[in-house]
Amino acid sequence: MMEIGLSHYLVVAAMLFTIGVFGIFLNRKNVIIILMSVELMLLAVNINLVAFSAFLHDLTGQIFAMFVLTVAAAEAAIGLAILVIYFRNRGTIAVEDVSRLRG
Amino acid sequence: MEFLSFSLALPEIMMAVGSMVLLMIGVYSKGDGLRTVSTLSVVLLFATAIAVVATHGGAPKTNFSGMVIVDGFGGFTKVLILIAAALAVIVSVDFLRRENLNRFEYPILIVLGTLGMLMMVSSNDLIALYLGIELQSLSLYVLAAISRDSARATEAGLKYFVLGALSSGMLLYGCSLIYGYTGATGFPEIAAAVGGAEDVSIGLLFGLVFLTAGLAFKVSAVPFHMWTPDVYEGAPTSVTAFFAVAPKIAAMALFVRAMFDQFPDIVGQWQQIVIFLSIASMGFGAFFALVQTNIKRLMAYSSIGHVGFALVGLAAGTEQGVESILIYLTIYLIMNVGAFALILSMRRGEGTTEDIADLAGLSRTRPGMAAALAVFMFSLAGIPPLAGFFGKFYVFVAAIDAGLIALSVIGVLTSVVGAYYYLRIVKLMYFDEASGDADVDPSRGVVIVASGSAIATVGFVVFANPIIRAAEQAASSLFL
Repeated sequence: MMEIGLSHYLVVAAMLFTIGVFGIFLNRKNVIIILMSVELMLLAVNINLVAFSAFLHDLTGQIFAMFVLTVAAAEAAIGLAILVIYFRNRGTIAVEDVSRLRG
Repeated sequence: MEFLSFSLALPEIMMAVGSMVLLMIGVYSKGDGLRTVSTLSVVLLFATAIAVVATHGGAPKTNFSGMVIVDGFGGFTKVLILIAAALAVIVSVDFLRRENLNRFEYPILIVLGTLGMLMMVSSNDLIALYLGIELQSLSLYVLAAISRDSARATEAGLKYFVLGALSSGMLLYGCSLIYGYTGATGFPEIAAAVGGAEDVSIGLLFGLVFLTAGLAFKVSAVPFHMWTPDVYEGAPTSVTAFFAVAPKIAAMALFVRAMFDQFPDIVGQWQQIVIFLSIASMGFGAFFALVQTNIKRLMAYSSIGHVGFALVGLAAGTEQGVESILIYLTIYLIMNVGAFALILSMRRGEGTTEDIADLAGLSRTRPGMAAALAVFMFSLAGIPPLAGFFGKFYVFVAAIDAGLIALSVIGVLTSVVGAYYYLRIVKLMYFDEASGDADVDPSRGVVIVASGSAIATVGFVVFANPIIRAAEQAASSLFL
């Protein structure tokens, strides 16, 4: 039977992180998907932290993961709030339309 | 080492408690409460600056079981940040009133963001670093979108949020790798675990790269600058005036601390990244500013360029380099606060304007304002004997002493290109005919701040000595 080691966890986290980054840049449809991608990146980091914590026998990583979870919740709340006022002004949350400012 | 000392954390505690008191005052005051809360928050910011001076002298001390460090470097940058935030509040009040943005939350968000910046520059642990950055960023996202009925401002807020969240994710991914490959989150423990250059693992190197990318986002260095022009243009001008100074100083100081406190023995590894960021920022800032017609976008590219110059000092990787960054940031604060105070007063008819062409002929209608803006533009371009020249001078001297001749030559060349677009504004004001009813109509706060910083820009030669000595002391506290 195959032993599940640290590297497996790291590869999963790296894959999730990459999917998150690509979700932000390749998605042309909906800003909500961007928020989900951001969440995916932060969760990938949490997998990393918890895996390292377990393999190093050191609790700091899990404490760090707790802080990350808390801040991610605050971040999502602010992101959704900004999204709501944006929708009120423009009537759309399609990514293609977020281009009134050049660039 | 003391486990927990409230007196050492006095500045941060004052800011945290003060912001909540201000919130209560704002909620219970009759009318909009903007003026009362703004005045009180300026008082709070200056009082905190005094508390910083009182607590940050002497040998570096750690607090909260090593999560936070209280040293001269932190003290110097904290004073700069607090002054920048206080001046930003002073110049904002009348602008907000004119733009019908009179909400008392505005100065409170600035205070909360400033608290995050103070935590950033005194962090001594990856967790403290992350929490400081997030407290700052979350306040800034809301500030960018504070004009909630404007489509441009909300779009700026949305863009800032998405790209800021992306950068936090990258920074955090870097933190997790650094933690995994060194087994610690405290900066001194990481520095001890990293060891010499020959046994750096690939995982740690990845962590370092991701951390640097996240920090480069926060200082808006190229190639992580794409949010800057859009956010600067879309956000209300008073918010841009704040964004251009205080968060830049904080992020730059954090960059310096994160590199020198965690990786002092592998300077060569991160030096290459910083040199690349620096050259790209200087070049990009200079060339893209040439074609701008909106003054806020122009100042955005200008600030990208200035970050590049400050990174030259970091690339040097020496104590002298850190000292030059601190001098550069001080001068950057003086010039930019003044320039933005005037930009914020530009008007056309009843509304505000951001078009550079509207500055034409200003020397005849408002000679004082035109002279002050000309001083700031000459100084930003780096023309002696104004302050901006000395900033660039110290940075390049540090780079040359560290053997980075090519980097300094490129820096000087890009600053020549940059001089063109600064001087174009001076030419517009002095040699072109005024068009229509454009005007610069400063409030009393703007006049005080702008004339103060114009005097400081011109007279920097006279009182440079105490600033340079303070910067020297602050830089040395990082290398004990």
